[in-house]
Amino acid sequence: MSANTLQVNLVAADQAVWSGAAKMVVAKTVEGEIGLLPGHEPLLAILGDGEVRITLPEGEVIKASAAEGFLSVEHNVVTVVARHAAIL
Amino acid sequence: MGAQLRVYRQKIKSAQTTKKITRAMELISASRIAKAQQRVVASTPYARAVTRAVSAVATYSNVDHPLTTEPTRIDRAAIVVFTSDRGLAGAFSSNVLKETDQLTALLQSQGKEVVYYLVGRKSVSFFGFRRRASVRSWTGGTDLPQFDTAKEIADAILEAFKTDYKDGGVDEIHVVYNRFVSMISQVPEVVRLLPLEVVEGEQKPSADEVFPLYEFEPDVTKVLDALLPVYIESRLFNAMLQSAASEHAARQKAMKSATDNAEKLILNYTRLSNSARQAEITQQISEIVGGADALSSAGKED
Repeated sequence: MSANTLQVNLVAADQAVWSGAAKMVVAKTVEGEIGLLPGHEPLLAILGDGEVRITLPEGEVIKASAAEGFLSVEHNVVTVVARHAAIL
Repeated sequence: MGAQLRVYRQKIKSAQTTKKITRAMELISASRIAKAQQRVVASTPYARAVTRAVSAVATYSNVDHPLTTEPTRIDRAAIVVFTSDRGLAGAFSSNVLKETDQLTALLQSQGKEVVYYLVGRKSVSFFGFRRRASVRSWTGGTDLPQFDTAKEIADAILEAFKTDYKDGGVDEIHVVYNRFVSMISQVPEVVRLLPLEVVEGEQKPSADEVFPLYEFEPDVTKVLDALLPVYIESRLFNAMLQSAASEHAARQKAMKSATDNAEKLILNYTRLSNSARQAEITQQISEIVGGADALSSAGKED
């Protein structure tokens, strides 16, 4: 894992929705929107219903919906776990 | 055609019809196992992520959550039983029910009252026939489990768990289901779901791995509050998926041996009917010869 990308896993209850490298992830927690960059401190947060935006290293943005779940960050690995999740 | 021969022919016909049905069911199950297994595999990342997160929170926080604390007295235990909706799957459902009865005996010997949550039509009819009470039951769709059903079950048992004993609540929850080991082996498994022991489970992170110090948002208690029900849902969903895969495998095995037996029956009856036909022909010949003999000897005497 290189130091300036994030490894992102987007997981729904019945399947893994998306996984890959990214340079930024923006997600919505119950507290509000949160932006995650490489080197973020370990975090466990509850997701609010909303959109997850994943910016790929090339600059392209993938949008996904994620509801009822949580988000964990550690060692540049971002795992978005939601009961219902889908790529938009 | 002689009476005996006709009976044998009838039996062959009926064995052939049975064989057609069992063969068809065998093939259907065989094609569905692969799909069921894929669903088990597909749900693994979710289960792993949830387990990991729960372990992380549990390791780094000293929060006393009602779901993880062992109650001082356990007066009533609930058992969630996962069987199939349909039969013709060998010992699939009866294995689970037998295991349930053993668990019931064990819990009762410890002085606990036992209540049941049933999944699958087979367990419902088993309990109905014996006039045993159950709290709730879910039927339909055991061969293709939906996550929403798992959520429903989780909500129901969590509700009961949070209720006080005096108001009809339970203090302990067990699940009994068939675990899919391989195509030929499915093992009934008993797991205590609540109070939680998070360290258990197949997807537990390796022992030497150290969890980082997490920041929690909004705070530890809220995160744990949200995580634990999700963990229970995912465990229940996993049990349902395993049970579905096992059901198909058990049915395929049962139907394969039924087809083999039908073939054996057909072979035996064909042999018997052949010898019956031969005996009939021999008898007819000897009757004709005997008759002709009697006629010719009668003619001589005249």
